[in-house]
Amino acid sequence: MGKYEPVLLRSVGVADSRTLAVYQSRGGYAGARKALTQMSSEEVIEEVKRANLRGRGGAGFPAGVKWTFLPKDRTRTYLCVNGDESEPPTFSNRVLMEHDPHQLIEGVIIAGYATKAQVAYIYLRVEFHEQFHHMQTAVDEAYAAGILGKNIFGSGYDLDVYVHRGAGAYVCGEETGLIESLEGKRGWPRIKPPFPAIEGLFRKPTVVNNVETLCNLPHIIERGADWFLGVGPQGSSGPKLFCVSGPVKRPGCYESPMDITCEELIMSDKFGRGMTDGAKVKAVFPGGISMGVLSADELGMKMDFDDPRNFGLLGLGTAAAVVVNTDTDIREVLRNLARFYALESCGQCTQCRMGTSWMYRIAQRIALGAGRLEDLDLFEEVSGRMGMMPGLSICGLPDGATFPLRGLIQKFRGEFEEHIRNQAPGRADELLTVLN
Amino acid sequence: MAWKTLDRTEPVYDKDAPVVLSEAVRRKIESYFPRYETKRAVLLPALHVVQESLGHVSWKAMAEVAEILEIPPSDVLDTISFYTHFWTKPKGRKVITVCRSISCELMGGREMLDAVKAKLGIGEHETTPDGEYSLVTEECLAGCDHAPCMLINERLHKNVRLEDVEKILADLENDRIDAQRSDLYDAPDEPEAGQSGDDAADATSDVAEMKAAD
Ligand SMILES: Cc1cc2nc3c(=O)[nH]c(=O)nc-3n(C[C@H](O)[C@H](O)[C@H](O)COP(=O)(O)O)c2cc1C
Ligand code: SF4
Ligand code: FES
Repeated sequence: MGKYEPVLLRSVGVADSRTLAVYQSRGGYAGARKALTQMSSEEVIEEVKRANLRGRGGAGFPAGVKWTFLPKDRTRTYLCVNGDESEPPTFSNRVLMEHDPHQLIEGVIIAGYATKAQVAYIYLRVEFHEQFHHMQTAVDEAYAAGILGKNIFGSGYDLDVYVHRGAGAYVCGEETGLIESLEGKRGWPRIKPPFPAIEGLFRKPTVVNNVETLCNLPHIIERGADWFLGVGPQGSSGPKLFCVSGPVKRPGCYESPMDITCEELIMSDKFGRGMTDGAKVKAVFPGGISMGVLSADELGMKMDFDDPRNFGLLGLGTAAAVVVNTDTDIREVLRNLARFYALESCGQCTQCRMGTSWMYRIAQRIALGAGRLEDLDLFEEVSGRMGMMPGLSICGLPDGATFPLRGLIQKFRGEFEEHIRNQAPGRADELLTVLN
Repeated sequence: MAWKTLDRTEPVYDKDAPVVLSEAVRRKIESYFPRYETKRAVLLPALHVVQESLGHVSWKAMAEVAEILEIPPSDVLDTISFYTHFWTKPKGRKVITVCRSISCELMGGREMLDAVKAKLGIGEHETTPDGEYSLVTEECLAGCDHAPCMLINERLHKNVRLEDVEKILADLENDRIDAQRSDLYDAPDEPEAGQSGDDAADATSDVAEMKAAD
């Protein structure tokens, strides 16, 4: 295989890549111009559908198909760009916005045109300070150049784009939580149906797409669906960003077709370059923490949309891997992850609110050296009784909690049992009351 | 945490107290109206601007925002109590947000947090007596490739080594970013606009306190 030429990250390392002048000098906005002046909305949707561009935000739902769910007779449509990026340890959207904000704006214009949206909101998590300034500066520049606003490229299509900042809450990345948050409310996910395509922002038909998903659009329109289908394996086509972090030699965000394995992402010279200090891999959360965990002998998993299921994972997720080395106490990993979900559950659904808190308490108990062997079973039992899959919750947060947490207990049970057996006697009784 | 309610032992604000939002802040809030279909949708931008301009969002400020947006004050409280970013009591001039998620923890985030605490002599959700720094922890800041990391106001400090902590905290410019800024979410310019923070000693955020209480 020849060297892969990055597409989404082609601007990394280019001087002043954030400016409109540089973006345009490198062919920027050709895709949007082509879509708006040479294609109908329907043709754009058809092309994106044919490319089978699967959503990069976590669920992998084909973008073109999602757009067709919009009602035919609508008069107002909103596009929401999901830049909440709060799944640990994911930072690919950040990299895209840092190096190439105009690529995202171009994607927004194409998606807006395809969905006949009048207004697009780019929802950014508040912790993205620099990225907010980059995005807003780019939006201002695009308006000044007539690329946003009225009659874009003389096509008669009008689009307003506003950058909107969140205020700190993981669940606002869930698409209906994002919509509620945009409306000035708590980011409480909505019961579906109705899905956003029918009743979304301000109760109008709405499309929510991830930043990376949209950044693919200029390239699909410019180079065609066939090019996109030719990148990477069938069913998982197109360029993809992968993150790797933790104790690896070169943590970062890398672009590749989805034909790589988890092991390559960590070990290859093109990506993570192996573990620091000669340590060995103990566990990897390959798709953001919420998809589940791989043990050291499962690193052959392909980083595509389908293979993760063969390893008991929920999916590819955000394709952001965090590596845990053999020096790390697995109990601390469990505790850290369990805390995340307990504190980020929005609390609307009893099973999620209580279940995540219970799991956190059990995880704390185990980490403090006060675990009981039956805690491991209890943990599995609790985690098996929450989530959207058993139909108990409004959003997918608890599913995202159970896959890694239960995965840890199942795949590392021996290690947990050993820790519990070696605990100082009496500590369990002592701490039981504190943590119950 | 989103599903805990605010501490109700606090006295309800004084309706007759002097107005806290300046004309410039009010005009800035109103300038967002054309961007959204409802006035309520302006709430998050409005709260950002109020916090930027007053340092925190007091009960009185919430009531005034409610009036501008033509929504009940309880709706403002409902929203504000959900998000970790807003402070309902005075905070330090700079807020240090230390990441506590997995990549940072694996790369020494806890030790970094301890070093910050030791250097400032405060714990999480506390403010230094001089009103300079408040300290909070947050989940993943999306800077995991630079773990461990922390934000000081707008600036992300990356790959923070223990021996760097002291230097970072001593740097007066440690909250400045090196990028073209947009003033969209900034406090509006006004000559007398003062950063609160004089009376920020012992300040805590309600929301942050609740997070600590788990
Ligand atoms: C708890 C939770 C958090 C989520 N966080 C994000 C996020 O931060 N960014 C994102 O793009 N999608 C996130 N999603 C997925 C969105 O709900 C939605 O599927 C996605 O934005 C759709 O965009 P896509 O089809 O382009 O991937 C989250 C989902 C859940 C259940
Ligand atoms: S499942 Fe959890 S996070 Fe999702 S809506 Fe229900 S309580 Fe909130
Ligand atoms: S885990 Fe700390 S920034 Fe992501």
